[in-house]
Amino acid sequence: MAEMLTTADGIPLKAALARAQSRARRKALFLVLPLLIFTLLSFVLPIGAMMARSVHNPEFVASTDRGTGAVTPIMQNLKGWFDANPLGTEPDEAAYAALVADLAHLQETKASGSAGTRINYDLPGTLSLFKSGARGAGKLEPPFKESLLADDARWGDPKLWQAMRAATAGVTADFYLAALDRTRAADGSIVQAEENRQIYIKLFLRTFGLSALITFVCLLLAFPVAHLLATLPMAKSNLLMILVLLPFWTSLLVRTSAWMVLLQEQGVLNDSLVGLGLITEDQRLAMMYNTTGTIIAMTHILLPFMILPLYSVMRTIKPSYVRAARSLGATSWTAFRRVYLPQTLPGIGAGGLLVFILAVGYYITPALVGGASGRLISNMIADHMNDTLNWSLAAALSAILLAAVLILYWLYDRLVGIDKLKLG
Amino acid sequence: MKKLLVLSTALTSFGLAAQADITVMSWGGSYETSQVEGYNKPYTAATGKNVTMMAVDNPATPIKAMVEAGNVTVDIADVEYADAIRLCDEGLVETIDPAMLPAGADGTPATEDFLPGAITDCAVASIVFSTVFAYDTTKFPEGPKTMADFFDTAKFPGKRGMRKGAKANLEMALMADGVPAADVYATLETPEGVDRAFAKLDTIKGDVIWWEAGAQPPQLLADGEVAMSTAYNGRIFAAAVTEGKPFQVVWDGQVYEYDVFVIPKGAPNLEEAKEWLKFATSTEQLAAQAAWISYGPARKSSAPLVGLFNDGKTEMGPHMPTSPENMTNALPSSFEFWADRDAELTERFNAWLAQ
Repeated sequence: MAEMLTTADGIPLKAALARAQSRARRKALFLVLPLLIFTLLSFVLPIGAMMARSVHNPEFVASTDRGTGAVTPIMQNLKGWFDANPLGTEPDEAAYAALVADLAHLQETKASGSAGTRINYDLPGTLSLFKSGARGAGKLEPPFKESLLADDARWGDPKLWQAMRAATAGVTADFYLAALDRTRAADGSIVQAEENRQIYIKLFLRTFGLSALITFVCLLLAFPVAHLLATLPMAKSNLLMILVLLPFWTSLLVRTSAWMVLLQEQGVLNDSLVGLGLITEDQRLAMMYNTTGTIIAMTHILLPFMILPLYSVMRTIKPSYVRAARSLGATSWTAFRRVYLPQTLPGIGAGGLLVFILAVGYYITPALVGGASGRLISNMIADHMNDTLNWSLAAALSAILLAAVLILYWLYDRLVGIDKLKLG
Repeated sequence: MKKLLVLSTALTSFGLAAQADITVMSWGGSYETSQVEGYNKPYTAATGKNVTMMAVDNPATPIKAMVEAGNVTVDIADVEYADAIRLCDEGLVETIDPAMLPAGADGTPATEDFLPGAITDCAVASIVFSTVFAYDTTKFPEGPKTMADFFDTAKFPGKRGMRKGAKANLEMALMADGVPAADVYATLETPEGVDRAFAKLDTIKGDVIWWEAGAQPPQLLADGEVAMSTAYNGRIFAAAVTEGKPFQVVWDGQVYEYDVFVIPKGAPNLEEAKEWLKFATSTEQLAAQAAWISYGPARKSSAPLVGLFNDGKTEMGPHMPTSPENMTNALPSSFEFWADRDAELTERFNAWLAQ
């Protein structure tokens, strides 16, 4: 066996090397630590907490005091009954007694809103049932099944019992079902939601469809501009670049409002068309508060995100390649298609991905100019965050959106290769 | 040393005074003006404390986010009645003891001086406002008279503005469809009634521009984007009287309700917020606000004090939602109905909108 190599002071070389490397790694870690902590605190934790909400909603079994943060367990008797009796058991007198005891407890702890709101997500219209039930529970006499049903027959609804059983678990996939226009029937099986409540799948499809369309329009508009930028002499291209960047630096709201001024029915564009006699007064075009408005405004706002990556890639393409192709007999179209275009693909990929992902999550522009038909899934998520306060559903919708974007990213990686992405 | 002590004490007390200033979240526009003029300026004059206003589309919506995040930045929020009930049930707002409210100018205790239902566990009403529809008189010399006319785009062509939401729209649709005001909520309680309301909305869906902020309808009317629009009556009044816009309110089928003040759980200046609330909802201040916008004060004792608009010539009486001649076909908004059914019907409304 060969003698072990050592350093001058007798430490085995391998150990010395490992120590030196680990010191270097620690230093490197120390340098990236601020970014790591920042990412963790501002990105991973909030998103993780939001995702957790989409599957975990304990409002039915735990009421939180918003002032002190104290958590009170509620509906524990009923939870016990559900634990002891499997799915499909007809609720008996013991179940109703547990329910009545819990309702009386809700009234004491002022938690009927918490429990009722949670069931109301699954079974609309039940919030009032819980509130009135809690108010009257103290006065009910046994047998509880008869007296509670006499108070309000809705307590006997098998769908209600199914919803309550699901809600006692705390952890649930029901919000994902709701986000995909599905609901649970009384026996716990998954069925389609009523037709007049189906909305999310349609909105997801619309969001992806519109985003793809906007990406395509952006590409069509950006390609010649980027080419011009890359080939013009420096002085002229700088001026053009400023024209591209100026709107990019302008506030999003200002640009959206500007489009509102231009596009509305009594707006600049319609006035000009009427003034030129191209359309009559009552033929004014509806270009805002609909899909058209969303497409126009979003295309304009996202255009720089397409131009800049394209430009940075095109600048590196040597003009001699196309000249060589031409001199070897290619027509200008063939030279473009076979020589120039393939070299711009990394830019097209980067711009396309960037614009598409931004468009999928776009919120403020569709909210302002989209009207009813130009609304996207992000507007719905905002509605659930702000208006209906159903954060679990908002989280489920966001998670689906995130998953869809990640799948697209993965597909792109498989088809084109993420290493080919070039942002500049 | 003593000097230092005095200086630091002075600085601390200055710091405390600055902290005691409160923030009120409200609806912006001419309504905010009326609150600044009616409550805040007299309050600052009387106490030396500053009041900051914050304008949002609907103050009920940011409260949950603020309370859940433990980062409440407002002390008072001005919300709709049904929303106040809902927020109270969910434990997102402080309870308010009605005993702390000052008695009326004539000595009547607050609980009797306020209009029926105007004080709840968590909220104190300030005004009665109404959702009405208004039109541009230059477009229709022979204007619409009834709620049914609003839905009649053949007789009165042009775009319509409506609030993006189920509340008030469903009631108006039913009234336009011939349901008497007294039966509206009984009808809406049934699935057929809801279907009927949406079917009526369907008839004008293609002509509607949806608004969200209360300041939008007068703007949409002024821009000529819509021929008529539903709106909060005070906004139309303010635009018509102060800016001379040719807008006419149609009171038939109005849906009126209380607007109330709530204190979010964890408000940074709870005690100061209560002081402001007591001051703002006193007889004089509610009457003073009514000189700036046509919303009726929620106290009986304020009514006799309401006189002229701040231009010194417009009589406020005929412009109030509760004025007898405006009440011939009027609907009091049902908070019981909306506190329970809001989530369900909003969901249905959004699905309908997306179809």
